[in-house]
Amino acid sequence: MSATDSRNTIDEAEVAKFEAMAAEWWDPTGKFKPLHMLNPTRLEYIVDQIAAEFGRDRKSLKPFEGLRLLDIGCGGGLLSEPMARLGATVVGADAAAGNIPVAQIHAEQSGLEIDYRNTMAEALVDDGEQFDVILNMEVIEHVADPQAMLNACETLLKPGGLMICSTINRNPKSYMVAIIGAERVMRWLPVGTHEWDKFITPDELFKLIEAAGMEPVDKKGFAFNPLLWSWSISERDLSVNFVTTSVKPQ
Amino acid sequence: MKIDADIIIVGGGLNGPALALALASGGLSSVIIDALPLATRRKPAFDGRAYALSLTSVQMLKVLGIWAAVQAESQPMLDIKVSDGKPGKGAAPQHVHFDHHEISEGPMGHMLEDRYLRAALLDAVKASDLITQIAPAKVEAQEISASHAEVTLEGGKTLCGRVLVGCDGRRSGVAMRAGIARAGHDYHQSGLVCAVSHQQPHNSVAYQQFMPSGPLAILPLKGNHSAIVWTETTARAAVIAAMSDNDFMAELHPRFGDFLGEIKLKGKRFSYPLNLTVANKFAQARLALVGDAAHGIHYLAGQGLNLGLRDVAVLAEVLLEAARRGEDIGNALVLARYAQWRGVDTAALTASTDLINKLFSNDNPLLRAARVAGLGIVNAIPAARRDFIREAAGLTGDLPRLLKGLPI
Repeated sequence: MSATDSRNTIDEAEVAKFEAMAAEWWDPTGKFKPLHMLNPTRLEYIVDQIAAEFGRDRKSLKPFEGLRLLDIGCGGGLLSEPMARLGATVVGADAAAGNIPVAQIHAEQSGLEIDYRNTMAEALVDDGEQFDVILNMEVIEHVADPQAMLNACETLLKPGGLMICSTINRNPKSYMVAIIGAERVMRWLPVGTHEWDKFITPDELFKLIEAAGMEPVDKKGFAFNPLLWSWSISERDLSVNFVTTSVKPQ
Repeated sequence: MKIDADIIIVGGGLNGPALALALASGGLSSVIIDALPLATRRKPAFDGRAYALSLTSVQMLKVLGIWAAVQAESQPMLDIKVSDGKPGKGAAPQHVHFDHHEISEGPMGHMLEDRYLRAALLDAVKASDLITQIAPAKVEAQEISASHAEVTLEGGKTLCGRVLVGCDGRRSGVAMRAGIARAGHDYHQSGLVCAVSHQQPHNSVAYQQFMPSGPLAILPLKGNHSAIVWTETTARAAVIAAMSDNDFMAELHPRFGDFLGEIKLKGKRFSYPLNLTVANKFAQARLALVGDAAHGIHYLAGQGLNLGLRDVAVLAEVLLEAARRGEDIGNALVLARYAQWRGVDTAALTASTDLINKLFSNDNPLLRAARVAGLGIVNAIPAARRDFIREAAGLTGDLPRLLKGLPI
């Protein structure tokens, strides 16, 4: 089912509802504020890694032309849209059916062409899809079988392709920050958004990635500075949010 | 909805074209809408208007390829001499003497006539494939939506962009139509501006004399010429502005003194009311204000254009960095970065300029004694002097790349 078909099957009342949801997803001060705050820092890392791996000009405004990219767990399209703007051919996949029309409506408002699908990595393998880049951001801590998902990512990547995967570390600090801080104190996220025992340490993630047949090449932290109220990329502090880059060998 | 350009710029003075060029250097397109016809902007005759460009502004013009076209017409300022004068009694013995040898970056700034800077900017704009200039044209309406900004011109033509930028001066229509209120302060003073020729060479020295009615600045231009910025109370300025050229020179002469020999008026005389007007916000979703539209400032120490170019450099850097990571450049969070970066040092500079002016435009004998002593102290402490010079030269603060002389 293509993006256009699914759009046509939605009635007008539904469209109005999804437009409201899109506005909510994309409101930088609303429910998804923590993602909006983190987004420039995430994008900086993602763009640097892809540009370095594929030898693209970091100063170009369309550096990713010719690259086919999969955004797993695309939500409202907070990462899919920037990638499409930079020239990539983007497939946005989300297991939550409600997110798809929301993301489609916003992409249309932004004048961007993105192929959003209500599907999962394993199903894309069955379709025989292939990608140069997979973004696997803030998803793995929500899936039942991380190893199966990473295996599917490996199959979906072309040889020499790149997977960027971020998640939340598991330690007492991340419990305080991500569960107590973000959900209970700041109420940035609904209570129950995260289950602490599903969090993964960088070493565990690297082992899972290697077992899936990919080679981890980089890891960094996303550090939040509560005084400056801003995120930054950190070489050393991977204690809560962290991100990794892996390559599928040629 | 078709996007005509990434950025719609309202205002074709100096900041508008400079912003369009800075954006184009990184690949972003823009449309400049100017209320004045191009022929008016590009008057080649001498009219006495000139700018004191800080070193950082010069570095920016170099990166944008403008400096090469105007350098031959510019006058370096090697010294700035500041004194506390009282009519009839001559200058106070203590005076601050700023010498370029105390900072390592060369001259303290450059004087450049408006006509050369304007022509060079317009030439560069014309040569760019990424910039469209529409002039003369008036904006009738503007509308900001979730995905774009649209302006309607008189006559019905519409233009769409991702961001709308107001470079349209202290009475900014862009700010007004967006409902952005302004706060201000009237100094009840006016600036009388003109150029003079003189017998003796100025030796690249700028003079700033603080008089009870307001400062008199004598700024070196190319050859045996200097630009005058003479501040008087509004009532007094109106009287002087209405005088014949001869009577005007008779008023100026005792203030100016004889140190450059005989002086003659050259070109036209201008008069501007001095007031401070600051917009309540410098940016919101899909909209930014630049230069006087954001902060119209008393031009003491000639900071107006330098501040505007700093806005331009910061906004261009923020927008290009956002575009290079795929962000929507009109997103409220992107534009908030510009407002935050500029908000801090604009507040500092308007506050300090305001304070210096209030301190010096006063004939209270106690204040006079305090400020004379204050100038003596600044002179005596080398580190404080260096900071003062570097601030005047625009070398302090969190500088955007263009002001450091680097491409974005």
